[in-house]
Amino acid sequence: MSEKEALFSKKNLGLLSNPLNSNNPITVQVLGICSALAVTAQLKPAIVMAIAVTAVVAFANVIISLLRNTIPNRIRIIVQLVVIAALVILVDQVLKAFVYDVSKQLSVFVGLIITNCILMGRLEAFALGNKPWPSLLDGIGNGAGYGMILVIIAFFRELLGSGSLFGFKLIPESWYIANGGFYSNNGMMILPPMALVTVGVIIWVQRSKNRKLIED
Amino acid sequence: MDRNSNVYTFIYASVMVILVAAILSFAAFNLKPYQAKNVEIEKKQNILASVNIAATAVDAEQIYSEKIVNSYIVNSKGEKVDGDAFTVDLKKERAKQVEDRQLPVFECNIDGNIKYILPLYGAGLWGPIWGYISVDNDMNTIYGATFDHQGETPGLGAEIATKPFQAQFAGKTIFDNNGEFYSIIVAKSNETAPEEHKVDAISGGTITSKGLQKMVMDDLGAYKSFFNQKK
Repeated sequence: MSEKEALFSKKNLGLLSNPLNSNNPITVQVLGICSALAVTAQLKPAIVMAIAVTAVVAFANVIISLLRNTIPNRIRIIVQLVVIAALVILVDQVLKAFVYDVSKQLSVFVGLIITNCILMGRLEAFALGNKPWPSLLDGIGNGAGYGMILVIIAFFRELLGSGSLFGFKLIPESWYIANGGFYSNNGMMILPPMALVTVGVIIWVQRSKNRKLIED
Repeated sequence: MDRNSNVYTFIYASVMVILVAAILSFAAFNLKPYQAKNVEIEKKQNILASVNIAATAVDAEQIYSEKIVNSYIVNSKGEKVDGDAFTVDLKKERAKQVEDRQLPVFECNIDGNIKYILPLYGAGLWGPIWGYISVDNDMNTIYGATFDHQGETPGLGAEIATKPFQAQFAGKTIFDNNGEFYSIIVAKSNETAPEEHKVDAISGGTITSKGLQKMVMDDLGAYKSFFNQKK
């Protein structure tokens, strides 16, 4: 053990902020793409999913980090899976008992968190080799980086695909072709392929701003 | 102890599994009453929603006891049978032949008029969908409808649980001019159906829309004799 590190040292703050840009789980590590396509047709579920994933990855990171010196190497993946699954089930049960309407809103997403590659990715790559506090920050940072991309994608998909944001109509009814106007929602945006294209555009924009990310 | 030895690995895995199982079953056991209560309140909210009464989780029980004046079970011939309409498990009833099914009916008093509320249960794309449809006392015009689902895709199939979709049902009729049962068609833009029997399907949610159409057709169809008797 070297000297004691400040709680919010530069290195620790980097754990929080790097995933937002130069080490973003979706656009740089390319993890969690599946759920980024599935839950971004509207803003509201995207935000709820972002919060849920952040909570689970942060807690799982801390638990695995606390256990890291006891976990047998050969079954470490299974241990990680059990921790994630137990947390997700626990969260689901508590939501169902006390905030029933929120749990209905999340429906299958809560279960889907188990399959989110970001969780296993962070446990394996970070929590197994670091102390609980940096692991917590890493979890929150990656959850936020994931959530940020989700919200950006959902913003464009809901706006262009449904003409609304958070379910509120933004495009005036009289603009639509059906009402004699000139505008029509792009149905493609609602379907998952356009989410993938949107992710691609975000990656393009990010790399043109941050040249370090471009590989040869 | 050697962390890579078989014995250590084996003990670690066993302890972990037992510990996690204990935590989860403890949580499930203790949270069960709260969850069951929530489900019951939600069911009452849904029943009330089908007659266009918006009840919150807090006042649902009180409004329910005021508005729902009668509830009973009928069979496919429209005869009353014994039992508690509220606790009928539609999933189990669906597995039976139509003649053996218990069909719950809830009567709701809206400003002196009786509306008949009928539960529905069917299949969407990913899992079950269900809902309630209320019918005016002419036994033909739909007064209101509410639908819900377990895991339809948000933004697509899950739109059946939204007000704009459900509002389309009010005023539609389920019998045609000759008095034959017609049900409701959930139509895509390229499908034609008489306007009084048609609602618009959800774009991107075709399988859920068609599942809903089948659910309304099958489950309201089972009440055919009941409707005819009451007319």
